[in-house]
Amino acid sequence: MFSSSVLDLDPAIETARIVEAIQNHVRVTLRKRGAVLGLSGGVDSSVVAALCARALGSEKVLAVFMPERDSSDDALRLGRLAAETFGINGVVEDIYPALEAAGCYRRQDEVIKAAVPEYGDGWKFKLVLPSILEGNRLNITRLTVQSPEGAMHTVRLTPPSYLQIVAATNMKQRLRKTTEYYHADRLNYAVAGTPNRLEYDQGFFVKQGDGAADFKPIAHLYKTQVYQLAAYLGVPDEIRARPPTTDTFSMPQTQEEFYFALPYDRMDLCLYAHNHGVPATAVAPAVNLTPEQVERVYKDIVAKRRATRYLHAAPLLVDEVPEIAAAAAEPATFQTHGS
Amino acid sequence: MTIAAKIRGYIRESFLFGSDQKLSDEDSLLDAGVIDSTGAMELVSFLESEFRVDVSDQDLVPENLDSVAAMTAFVTRKLASQ
Repeated sequence: MFSSSVLDLDPAIETARIVEAIQNHVRVTLRKRGAVLGLSGGVDSSVVAALCARALGSEKVLAVFMPERDSSDDALRLGRLAAETFGINGVVEDIYPALEAAGCYRRQDEVIKAAVPEYGDGWKFKLVLPSILEGNRLNITRLTVQSPEGAMHTVRLTPPSYLQIVAATNMKQRLRKTTEYYHADRLNYAVAGTPNRLEYDQGFFVKQGDGAADFKPIAHLYKTQVYQLAAYLGVPDEIRARPPTTDTFSMPQTQEEFYFALPYDRMDLCLYAHNHGVPATAVAPAVNLTPEQVERVYKDIVAKRRATRYLHAAPLLVDEVPEIAAAAAEPATFQTHGS
Repeated sequence: MTIAAKIRGYIRESFLFGSDQKLSDEDSLLDAGVIDSTGAMELVSFLESEFRVDVSDQDLVPENLDSVAAMTAFVTRKLASQ
């Protein structure tokens, strides 16, 4: 019978495997001295921090904390907690002034104000998708705003307004990555990416933003498996107990509200089942859905993969440059005189 | 121009980019990969402005919007009830 046990892994064996891969990737393939990562206080980046510390030595890992206007206070506190737990040095980079100067918040706010004229100082917002449990709705994102008094209001956006909010918000992920690479360049370190398999497979990342990295050590792991590693590696309970959040908009927002159709544990099982050809009727009891709802999740998985394929793609060339393609696939080697 | 022809023209221009992809009026635009979630949003906006119909949140289901035929029937129903 199909059950959540399909995602059980041996955390000690998996940790050893990933540690070896990180050592090979960073030292042999990339020829870098350590790793930099953005530490958000979430379980994914905390696990990557722990794995990098094991693989490279905690003194060879730098955590960057990058708060901005809309990020939660918890993110910085829990990020620091994770860094302390694994003996990693951390640096705070407040990216708010740079985002403000680049017009990130103004560009967001002007379209929100066009949709909700009362929106202003003290108001908060988030983007939300209909739940797959509500019926066979189209995945049309809506804007929810909250007044300073707490009153909530949800509206549909025009396509240009929606795209402008997303485009402005993506500046945050891209500036974070710029900041990580500043430290990586300064230290001759590699940048660790922190997506889990759900995010990597379903395109839940910003191209050249959080999607950019030199290595991605947990991209093959379902989120449920990341939690298993987190427990094994000693990620603090408070981080493991915190619901996954986008920490991108000013209102608290779960990932399933914004992107995934279901909470991560059920989404994991549906993705695993879809990948392994398990019929919806067999999955439905394990995820407490009807077979029709599972079929909808399957269709959504395929649709998201298709819509986000370009996020994974390297820039397209008119002609391949075979010398570069071959070199990129091989480990770097020292060039010495006479070689 | 009929409702169906206007919708077909919009899809061809906005989502097929002049390609010769064959698309029947009954084909699912989502399954065929013609539209994604942003495309669905753009289609709704097109129907509202082109035919001056109100599309409510309850109307946002594939049965109304996932093919040329479905949209044509949906707009026809909406216009008749206004």
